[in-house]
Amino acid sequence: MVATLGSANSFFVNPLFSNFDQIFVLLRDWLVGFLPAGLQPAAGVLLGVIAIVCVFPGLFALTTVFERKGLGRIQNRLGPNRVGPYGLFQPIADGIKSLTKEDIVPLSANAVVHFLAPLALVVTVFMGFAVLPMGRNMVLVDMDSGLLFFFAMGAATELSVFMAGWSSRNKYSLLGAMRAVAQMISYEVVLLLSSVSVVMITGSLSLPKIVAAQNTYSGILPHWYIFTPWGLAGFLMYAIAATAETNRSPFDLPEGESELVAGYHTEYSGFKFALFFLGEYLAMFSISGLGTTLFLGGWSAPLSFLQFIPSWFWFFGKVMMSIFVFIWMRGTLPRLRQDQLMNFAWKFVLPYTLLNLLVTALWRFMGEGWQRWVVCTIILAAAYIFMGRLGMRGEHFGRRSYRYAE
Amino acid sequence: MLGDGILKGMAETARNFFGSYVSKERLTTVEYPEHRIPTAENARVFPFLVYDGADWEAGMRCVACQICEKECPPKCIYIEKSADKKPDYVGKPQFYPARFDIDISVCMSCQICVEVCPFEAIKMDTQFELATDDRFGGLLEDREKLARSNEYYHSIHPTEAAEVDSRLAEEKAKVEAKAKATAEAAAAKAAAAPAVPPAKTEGGK
Amino acid sequence: MTPIFYLLAAVTLAGGLAAVLLKHLVHSALAVTVAFAGLALLFLQLDAQFAGFAQILVYIGAVAILIVFAILLTRGSDLPKDGVFSKTWFLGLLIAAAVFAVLGWAVLASVSAIPQQNTLPSVTVHDIGNALVGRYVLPLEILALLLTAATIGAVIVAMHEKVRSR
Repeated sequence: MVATLGSANSFFVNPLFSNFDQIFVLLRDWLVGFLPAGLQPAAGVLLGVIAIVCVFPGLFALTTVFERKGLGRIQNRLGPNRVGPYGLFQPIADGIKSLTKEDIVPLSANAVVHFLAPLALVVTVFMGFAVLPMGRNMVLVDMDSGLLFFFAMGAATELSVFMAGWSSRNKYSLLGAMRAVAQMISYEVVLLLSSVSVVMITGSLSLPKIVAAQNTYSGILPHWYIFTPWGLAGFLMYAIAATAETNRSPFDLPEGESELVAGYHTEYSGFKFALFFLGEYLAMFSISGLGTTLFLGGWSAPLSFLQFIPSWFWFFGKVMMSIFVFIWMRGTLPRLRQDQLMNFAWKFVLPYTLLNLLVTALWRFMGEGWQRWVVCTIILAAAYIFMGRLGMRGEHFGRRSYRYAE
Repeated sequence: MLGDGILKGMAETARNFFGSYVSKERLTTVEYPEHRIPTAENARVFPFLVYDGADWEAGMRCVACQICEKECPPKCIYIEKSADKKPDYVGKPQFYPARFDIDISVCMSCQICVEVCPFEAIKMDTQFELATDDRFGGLLEDREKLARSNEYYHSIHPTEAAEVDSRLAEEKAKVEAKAKATAEAAAAKAAAAPAVPPAKTEGGK
Repeated sequence: MTPIFYLLAAVTLAGGLAAVLLKHLVHSALAVTVAFAGLALLFLQLDAQFAGFAQILVYIGAVAILIVFAILLTRGSDLPKDGVFSKTWFLGLLIAAAVFAVLGWAVLASVSAIPQQNTLPSVTVHDIGNALVGRYVLPLEILALLLTAATIGAVIVAMHEKVRSR
C-alpha cells in the first residue's frame, strides 16, 4: 500500500510538490506504519473510512450554512448571521437542536422499518464515497467496476425512501414516497446512460482510470470530457438527472412543504430527520463527485500550468462549485409538477441521452480530426433545438384575457 | 430555444447574489436590534397622558371626565376622580384623576380614547419594546408611568403636537380675550354707572 | 467454505424464510430484498464483481421496488384472514423438495464436468462485454426484443386505460 508518487505523469519531479499533493496518503502510510505488517492493509482502509466519515459530514455542515446564506443573498436578505462569525457556527446550533428534540414515532407506524429507513439511506450513501478518486492515488477502493458499484448504491437509496414513506402510516408520506421513488427510477436510467458514453470512450468502468484518461493536456487546455460535444450534452443530462435523483429543486416535489408537508420524512423528528437531511446532502456530494470524475476531469487541474496546486484541492473545488450551482438553481427555479417532471424525463431527457450515446459512438469511430467535432456538434445541437421545439409546441399562451366580476 | 428562460433566470439571481454585496437595494434587511427603521410619524402603539410644563401632577391635562374610559372597547382604562380641583391650562379649576390605569396587555391600540378626548389629554405613544417577564403587573401602567411631557409629544408627533398646541393656544387666547372683554365691560359699566341714564348707550358695548 | 460464506448464506436463507413466514406482505417484500442483498454479496465473495453489482442495481433497485409498488397499488396490503400457511402445504413441500433435488443434481453434475483448474479464471467486465457481443450476441438481441415488447406492452396498457377513462 505504498503510494507511488506521480508515476503516470512526467511533470512532477519536484518532491515538494508531490509531497504536498500526496500529503494525506503519506500521513496514512506513516500512521499505518506503527502497526504490524499483517494489519496494515485493513488499518489503511479503516483510516480512509474515518477520513471520509469526518470530512464529508463536515462539508455537509458548511454546506447547510452556505446554502442558507446563499439563498438569502439571492432573495435580497441576509442568511443566518448570529451564531459565530457570519453565522458559520449555525450547523452546531442546528445539530444540538436536532439531537435534543423528542423522537416521536407514530403509534400505528411500523417501528422496525421506521427505524431502519434513515439508517439504510445513510449507510448506502456513505458507501458511494468509497470509489470516488479524491486526488492522485486517493481512492479508498480501486475496483474494476467502480462505476457500477456507485450506481448500485444509488439504487439502494430508493428502497430506503420507500421504507420511510410506507412505514410512517401517513397518506402524505406514502404519496411523497411513491412520487420520490418514481422520480428516482426514471432519472436513474438517464444517469446510467449518460455515464455509459464516458465508459465507452474510456474503455473502463474504473473511476481512477477515467480520471487518468482526462488528465492529459494539449497545450494548456485539458482533455476533460465536458469540452467535447458529446461530453457537454452528456454532462447536461447528467446534471439534470443528478438534480432529480437527490430531490433538489426544481425536482423537489416529494419534499415540497406546500405540497406534502415534508413528503416521506414527515413523521421523522429529531435525530432521524437529521439523518435524512445528512443523507440527502451526502447524496448531493457523492453525485457531484461522480459528475466531476466523469465529465470534469476529477482531480486534474483546468490549465496545465496550474498543476502545482494539489489534486485534492481541485477535486473538492469542483465538487463545491457543483454544490454552488445546485444552490443557485434552487434559488432560481420554481418546482416542477410530478407529471411535468416525468414527461420531461421520458420524453426529452431519455431520448436525448440515447442520441448522445449514438453520437459518442460516432465520435469514437470517426477518428481524430476536425470532422468529428463538426458532425457531432451539428447533430447534437439540431436534435436539442428540434426536440425542444417539439416539447414546447403545446405551450402556446395567447394574449391574456381578463374577465372582471360584474 | 429550450432552456433560455432558465438561463435568464439564473442570470437574474446571480445579479441579485453579487449585487447584494455592493448595493443597498439588493439587500434590504435591517439588522434589528442593532439597527432600527425609524417609525412613521403617525405610528401608534399604546396611549400616554400629556402634561404641560415641568411638574407632571400639576400640568396634567386630563380632567377625569371618564369619556375615554366609557368609550374604550376592551375597557382597559380605569379612572378614579379626585375629590378636589386644580386649575387647568386656562386657569379654570378642574377635577384631575387620582388614579388612571391602563392595562396595555388589553389595549388594542384603536386610538378611540384619543379621538374622543375633548381636552387633548391622552395621545398615542410609539414605543413598542415593552416586553416584560412580570405576567401580573408588568403591563399595568399607572398615572405616573403614563405621564409624558408635551416636549416628548412634540418629539414623537411633531405635526400633531404643533396643531394641538396652536389650537390650545387659540382657546386660551379666546378665553383670555373674553375675560378681558368681560373685565373691560364690567369696568366700563362700573365707570359709566353714576352717569346720566340718557348716556346709557355710550358705555355699554 | 470460509466463515464469510456461512454468514452470507445464513443471511440469504434468513431473508428467504422471513419472506414466506411473515404476515405482512410489505415486510415479506423487504425480507426478500435482504435475500437479494445476501445473494449479491455471495456473488461478490466469489469475485464476480459485475454480477454482484448488477444484482444490487437490478434486483434491489428495480425489482424490489416493483414488487412493493405492485403490493401497494393492489389490495395486497391487507392482512390475510386465514393466516399465512395454505391448506395444501404438504404438497407444496414435496414439489419444492423435488425442484431442489433436480437443481442440486444439475449443479453437482456440472461441477464434476468442468475440468479442475488450479487458479480461478478472472473474468473482467471487459470479458463479459466481449462475450455478450461475440459469442452470446443472439441471446442479447432476443433479450432486447423481449424488453422492447414489454415496454411497448406497458405503454399500450397505460394508453388503453387513458382511452377508456375518457
